[in-house]
Amino acid sequence: MEQLILPAIIAITIAFFSVYGLTPFVIRALEKRNITVVDANKKEKTMIARPGGLSIIVGIELSLIILYVFFPISEILAVILTTFFAFIVGLIDDKKTMGGWFKPLALAFCAAPILLLGAYDSNLDFPLFGSVKIPLLYMALVVFMIPIMGNTINSIDVLNGVASGFTTIASFALSICLFILQNYEVGIISLCLSFASLAFYKYHKFPSKIFPGDSGAITFGAAYGSIAIIGGVEVIAAIAILPAIINSFLFLSSVKKIVEHREIKNPTSHTDDWKLKSTSENHAPITLVRLLIAKKPLSEKQIGIEIFKLALFSGMLAIITAFMMGVNI
Amino acid sequence: MSLSIFSFIFAMWILIIVGGGLMVLFVGPLSFSGYGDLDPLVNSGFKVLIAMILIFIWVFALLKIKNWIFRKIVKS
Repeated sequence: MEQLILPAIIAITIAFFSVYGLTPFVIRALEKRNITVVDANKKEKTMIARPGGLSIIVGIELSLIILYVFFPISEILAVILTTFFAFIVGLIDDKKTMGGWFKPLALAFCAAPILLLGAYDSNLDFPLFGSVKIPLLYMALVVFMIPIMGNTINSIDVLNGVASGFTTIASFALSICLFILQNYEVGIISLCLSFASLAFYKYHKFPSKIFPGDSGAITFGAAYGSIAIIGGVEVIAAIAILPAIINSFLFLSSVKKIVEHREIKNPTSHTDDWKLKSTSENHAPITLVRLLIAKKPLSEKQIGIEIFKLALFSGMLAIITAFMMGVNI
Repeated sequence: MSLSIFSFIFAMWILIIVGGGLMVLFVGPLSFSGYGDLDPLVNSGFKVLIAMILIFIWVFALLKIKNWIFRKIVKS
């Protein structure tokens, strides 16, 4: 345990400060090249740099490479490669709008390093009841996990600061769970993700100076999903991001097909004081944000805080679940 | 309003734990033999099928809970 402390501190420091230091340069470079988008939820037409995936991937990859130098284990390599491939998929989607099925399919292939390096255990652990061995089903789970996590985090990237703030809370909760389960190496990998997303949140929070874009949000999701697989904490990881899963679930159950979010009707509109209110459009999808503002309009910042409260709650449930893993009935 | 979503998250958590229990207690120990070399494949295939049925029931239960919560919000 003691020999892990120094590498952990170095990796976490690199994860945080590389994103913190690099993001302003990325913002300037994007603004200089006019690679910006309108912030749809601001009264004044504000142009925001997008995508910020580059600084996120640099932070995560650098910290994990340093960690790999200290601990050359296949699990770390699997996360490095899977996250990088997912970033490339996100970047392609940022540059050129692809169809609704492109991302899930391309992201499924990104799971290949985990399978090829054998960086997984085919036991699926559940709280209270123990584990179940499902070799073939588990391989399918690995393939599905990366697209699901990538798209789930991407789908909540709708308001200033939400994707990065949500990832920070969920990955911190996941790190705590991994430490409770005494899976220290993977816990440190998860902390690298937490600190990289926390550093990005500094620029992404309301009012945003940069948006992560598909490349950033998918990188967050893919890193989170790979950590869940190599750490054998798939169920706990899913519990920690339940609000985002609910968002995808509500969306899919109302739209009833996989579509790119740009193709759908906006489920929200603005009041005169520029708060968000639920749209009266019948065909607009139901989302977490629409549910939050169903009763009364809220400002963008207030909605963000509500989502973070939900993330903290599901993070607590994940931690309780981690404690329950040690109990067998 | 948020309280309804907190309840929905809590319901999902309970469903995950119960679903996991069903997987471990009933699906895990299942064994199908008599197919020679194909035994592992047949075993996994049946388990996948049962798991998919469980997931279908899980999603169906969630849809019911979601509709109930959403109706409550609209009424209030």
